[in-house]
Amino acid sequence: MTNAAAPAPNPTLLRVTALRKQFGQAEVLKGIDLCVAPGDRIAILGASGSGKSTLLRCLNFMERPSSGRVELGGSVVGTERTMRDGSVQTGYSERELTRVRQRVGMVFQQFNLFPHMTALGNVMEGLVTVQGMARALASTKARAQLARVGLAEKADEYPARLSGGQKQRVAIARALALEPELLLFDEPTSALDPELVGEVLRVIRALADEGRTMLLVTHEVGFAYHFASRVLFIADGVIHEQGTPDEVLKHPRQPRTQAFLARHNEFSF
Amino acid sequence: MYQWDFAPVVANSGVLAAGLANTLKLTATALALGIPLGLGLALLRLSRLRVLSLPAGFVVEFFRTTPPLVQLFWFFFALPILIRVEMTPFVAAAITFSIQSSAFFAEVFRAGIVSIERGQSEAARALGMTGAQAMRRVILPQAVKRMIPAFMERSIELMKTTTLVATVSYADLLFQANELAQKTFRPLEVFSVTALIYFVVIYAASLVVHRVERRLAVSGETTVH
Amino acid sequence: MNQRWNFDAVWANPEALLAGAAGTLRIFAICLVLGLTLGLLVGLGRYSTRRWIYLPASAFVEFFRNTPVLVQILWFYFALPMLLPFEISPLTAAALGISLNSAAFSGEIFRGGIQSLERGQWEGAQALGMTQGQAMRRIILPQAIKRMLPALTNRAIEIFKMSTLASAVAYVELLQQGKLIASINYNPIEAYSVIALLFFVFLYPLVQATYLLERKLREGD
Repeated sequence: MTNAAAPAPNPTLLRVTALRKQFGQAEVLKGIDLCVAPGDRIAILGASGSGKSTLLRCLNFMERPSSGRVELGGSVVGTERTMRDGSVQTGYSERELTRVRQRVGMVFQQFNLFPHMTALGNVMEGLVTVQGMARALASTKARAQLARVGLAEKADEYPARLSGGQKQRVAIARALALEPELLLFDEPTSALDPELVGEVLRVIRALADEGRTMLLVTHEVGFAYHFASRVLFIADGVIHEQGTPDEVLKHPRQPRTQAFLARHNEFSF
Repeated sequence: MYQWDFAPVVANSGVLAAGLANTLKLTATALALGIPLGLGLALLRLSRLRVLSLPAGFVVEFFRTTPPLVQLFWFFFALPILIRVEMTPFVAAAITFSIQSSAFFAEVFRAGIVSIERGQSEAARALGMTGAQAMRRVILPQAVKRMIPAFMERSIELMKTTTLVATVSYADLLFQANELAQKTFRPLEVFSVTALIYFVVIYAASLVVHRVERRLAVSGETTVH
Repeated sequence: MNQRWNFDAVWANPEALLAGAAGTLRIFAICLVLGLTLGLLVGLGRYSTRRWIYLPASAFVEFFRNTPVLVQILWFYFALPMLLPFEISPLTAAALGISLNSAAFSGEIFRGGIQSLERGQWEGAQALGMTQGQAMRRIILPQAIKRMLPALTNRAIEIFKMSTLASAVAYVELLQQGKLIASINYNPIEAYSVIALLFFVFLYPLVQATYLLERKLREGD
């Protein structure tokens, strides 16, 4: 998974500058600046419509930013062109974006497992089709990933026969298989029945303990408190407040943050 | 009182059998060519490049809207002159029905592909797959399963449509029947038997389709039409 | 390309094309009315609980759906006259074939439409003391028709396209006139291209209209 353009390991893994995203007439992200260092565990909270999911989806370019710059491992993603009026526009090629997506993994709220493949097939798919790995080697690696999320014995089951929590864990294994530098989680437990949430959070916690760099959009404020090294509160398309979990979740300074947390106060520290 | 006499029909059953074989041959050829062509048209229609999707859309709409018999006459009488190539009746018929059925198959493919939820293509892309890889590995395998009943129904329709070649003297079952009726002066017996043959073959095929549909419904697969 | 295009010959005699168009519309109208009316009866018949109605109706539908229209037209033109003391005109043969075929298909549409209404509608009508006939007329059919409209309009367009099959028995409709022009002027490319375009230009807006109708009806639900 070498990218010829990537320089030596850089203290800033991901740098986002002035990121904006517009959908038609509506501007959802109004200028986001963000630095992610290796090992950072960032929890992103916000009300629905605040832009938190859009921000995440811009980071692996499932949505293309309307303007702004994203740097991964020190090099800018896309080609920047300065227009005649002085503004900068970035062109993105699908080829480059597919390479970026191998370095930035994503886990979805709705799991999005491939129903026509077994759990093992799902986890292997990225290795074989995207990275061109031989099937035998991919199979071994995939089994190892499934074992790490505690589902080694379900390798040959089809998603239809797995519980929600198991499906999400397979999805995590599938994203991990490509050995990404950065993992994005888009509300990974929101679609799960309450009793299944724990098994997924435990896996995410284990990944955090390994020192993985992760961004997590979540409603689970209690989990965010224990898991995150940094918390972002997004409102109206900008980072409204940012800091350690203690700062943002226990002693929020902004009234909007306080109001949001007051509405989500069924957590336990 | 009319005197029925099936003897001439029985005596010439070989001719009718040959006609039936030709009907099946034409249907099979049109299917073998029409399905891949339909997939190609569907993918072109789904393309974001208008220079690809608009012509493909026009071809599909044109061949679905104009009557098949008009298309057959055009390919049979006009095309050979236009491209200065002599064509046997079989070739002209095969071209006509391949293109004609591909237009309908294109719609079946398109509906099937579009019916696969967005999350699937998003997950594929998030793994770093190109659009083509996502289509090949994730979308199409799921879509095809849903489209099977529609495909089978369209194939049966195709079998019925191929009878049109009798008007341009390709020796299919109906053509042979017509010739035989004129030769033996027994149109009632000949055409009745012919109608019966068509009915048996097509009805049997539709029963197979119904069984497949029910099997798929039981296994919980959604289907498109 | 040293081909001399001869489109003028196609338009030189507009009466020929107009006669064709008139013939197409005539057979279309006949088959539409006959096909849908008979189809309604057949559809209701298939929904009946009385075997002596249900079985013939089902047999009718299965037979006329699973045999090609052209076979039926030729049967009515060549075979049926053997049983009757009089000749059958091309129009009659073609109209019979297309109408009966359409009746079979629209019968299934009607049956599906009626069946799609929940039992509650029947029971509500029954509770008011309506007979089955009254319930069908006042409650069931009006609602079912709304659901069946897209499929029925599709059927109508199919009937229009099937009108070209009447040329097989030399009925004067648009394709038949095209054949005539092509054989007189030796310009099959121009003749058949014009015929194809005429059909397309006429039918395409109607097809688009049915899509719009379908969407409008679905929104209303």
